[in-house]
Amino acid sequence: MNQPELVIIGGGPAGLAAAIAARKAGVEDLLVLEREDHLGGILNQCIHNGFGLHTFGEELTGPEYAARYMARARELDIPCYTGATVLDLGRDKTITALSPDRGLFQLKPRAVILAMGCRERPRGALNIPGFRPAGVYTAGTAQRLVNLEGKMPGRRVVILGSGDIGLIMARRMTLEGAKVEAVAELLPYSGGLQRNIVQCLQDFGIPLLLSHTVVEVHGQRRVTGVTLAQVENGRPIPGTEQYYPCDTLLLSCGLLPENELSRQAGVELSPVTGGPVVSEELETSIPGVFAAGNVLHVHDLVDFVSQEATAAGENAAAYLRGEAPAGEALPIQTGAGVRYTVPAALDKGRTGPVTLRFRVDRPYKKKAVVLTAEGQPVLRRVRPVLAPGEMETLTLTPAQAAACRKAETLTLSLEEVSP
Amino acid sequence: MRKVSLTCICCPLGCPLEVTLEEGKDPVVRGHTCPKGHEYGRTEVTVPTRTLTTVLPVPGGDPAMVPVKTAAPIPKEAILPAMEALKGVTLTPPVALGQVVVRDIAGTGVDLISTREIPVK
Repeated sequence: MNQPELVIIGGGPAGLAAAIAARKAGVEDLLVLEREDHLGGILNQCIHNGFGLHTFGEELTGPEYAARYMARARELDIPCYTGATVLDLGRDKTITALSPDRGLFQLKPRAVILAMGCRERPRGALNIPGFRPAGVYTAGTAQRLVNLEGKMPGRRVVILGSGDIGLIMARRMTLEGAKVEAVAELLPYSGGLQRNIVQCLQDFGIPLLLSHTVVEVHGQRRVTGVTLAQVENGRPIPGTEQYYPCDTLLLSCGLLPENELSRQAGVELSPVTGGPVVSEELETSIPGVFAAGNVLHVHDLVDFVSQEATAAGENAAAYLRGEAPAGEALPIQTGAGVRYTVPAALDKGRTGPVTLRFRVDRPYKKKAVVLTAEGQPVLRRVRPVLAPGEMETLTLTPAQAAACRKAETLTLSLEEVSP
Repeated sequence: MRKVSLTCICCPLGCPLEVTLEEGKDPVVRGHTCPKGHEYGRTEVTVPTRTLTTVLPVPGGDPAMVPVKTAAPIPKEAILPAMEALKGVTLTPPVALGQVVVRDIAGTGVDLISTREIPVK
C-alpha cells in the first residue's frame, strides 16, 4: 500500500473510531498515523474509571475504553504507523511525516481526517508572575509522569484550575502520598464534574478555593511556595493574599484544540472553539479534509468523541465514493447564551437526522434551548441546568432537520422558561 | 440523630442533600429531585464505596507501568489501606487485560485487576 486513499492523523479515540467507521463503510486503503509508540492517545494515561457509560453501558477506565477500539481496528486489519509524526499537511492534502523506522515519507491521500486531539493551556499563556523555577507542570504532564512513567513530580502540591484533569490529579497525587494543599479556581464555579469535586477533593479533604488565583510563584531553582489571592472581576483583591508552601504547582486551566497542521494547510479555524469550522459532514474548508474529536472542539466525554469520529469516518468514505452531499451551507447563528455549535452549518442538500453539539457561556438554571428557523421555533428543550463545562447535545429528527434545511436563517439560543 | 449534608453526584444538577440518620431506622434523604439522588444519599451515608484505580510497575514491560482497578467498588475507608498494601508490589510482563494482579486487596474481598495489556518490551 503506497498511496492510501484516506489518512487519519492521530491514533487516539477519535482517529480509531474514524478509521473503523471508514473501513466498515468500504474504504480499503486507509492508514492511521500516530505520533506516540502506542495507539490510544490520552486514554492511556486516564487510568480512572467513568468512560464509556454511553457507548458500552458500563464504566470503563481510559485504557479499557481504548482497548475496545484497538481490538476492533485489529480485527478490521487497519494499518497504523506508530511513532510517526506528521510534520506538514499541504492544501493539496500532501502529508509529510517522519518515523524512526520509515524515515521521512510523503503520502498523497484523496481524503484526510484530522484527529490530533488537544493540548493543555501552558503557563506562558496564563501570565503568572514570578520566577520560572522547576516544579511547575500542566496537570496532564503530571498525569503522564505518574501514570505512564511511574514518577512523582512532587510531594507538596497546589493546583491552579479546577478542570477535570486537575481534580483527577489532586486525587492521584494524594493516593501516591503527596499532600495537595488546595485547588484554586479563578472563576466563581468549577469547570469540573460534580462527581470529581466530591470523589477527588471532598473524599480527601482538599479545599477548593473558588474565585482565587496564583499571584506569585516563589523559589528560584525549585518552587518553594505560591501566593494565592481572592479575585473579583478578574483582579486579585489586595489584602487577601495567602502563602502556601509547596514544591509543585499543577496547572489545569483549559484545553486548546491542536491545529498546528490544520493551520499549515490553510484550514479555516473558529476563533471560539480553536478548531476547524466544519460543515454538517464535519468537512473543513478544504474539500476532503474532515475533523473530529478534540481537534474540532474540546469534549468532556470520550463517548461523544467516538460518535463524532464515526460520523467523520462515514462521511469521508462517502466523499471517496464521489457522493456529493454538499448543497448550499446554511449557517447556524448562535443566539443568547450559546457560545458555538458543531457543526456550524447545516447542508441544505442533505436528508436525515442531525446531531448538534454546543456549549453555553456560563452556568444557567432552568432554561429552554430553542432552535428557530426563520423566527419559528423548530425544537424547544427545557434543561434544568446548563454549565459551560458540560457539552450539550441536541438531536433533530429527520422531520425537524428537514424543516430547518428549508429555512434561510437558523438560530440556536437560550430562552426564559415561563413559570 | 445525626444529619449529613451531601452534594449529589448523579448528574450536573448537583442537588444539595440532607440525610438524617437515626439508630435503628432507615436514613431519611431530603433535597433530592430524582430516585437516583435518593439512592445516592442513602448509600453514601451508610456504605460509601469507590472504585480504586492506580498503577503498578512492570519492569521489562512495554510500557513499564500497568494501570489497575478494583474489580468492584470497595468501601471508601479501604482506599488508603489498599494503596498502603500496594507499596513495593511489582509485576512481571506479560500482563493480560483483566488479569487478577492482587487477590483480596486490603481484606475487602475484592481483587485488583489489570486494565491494560502489557507485553514484554
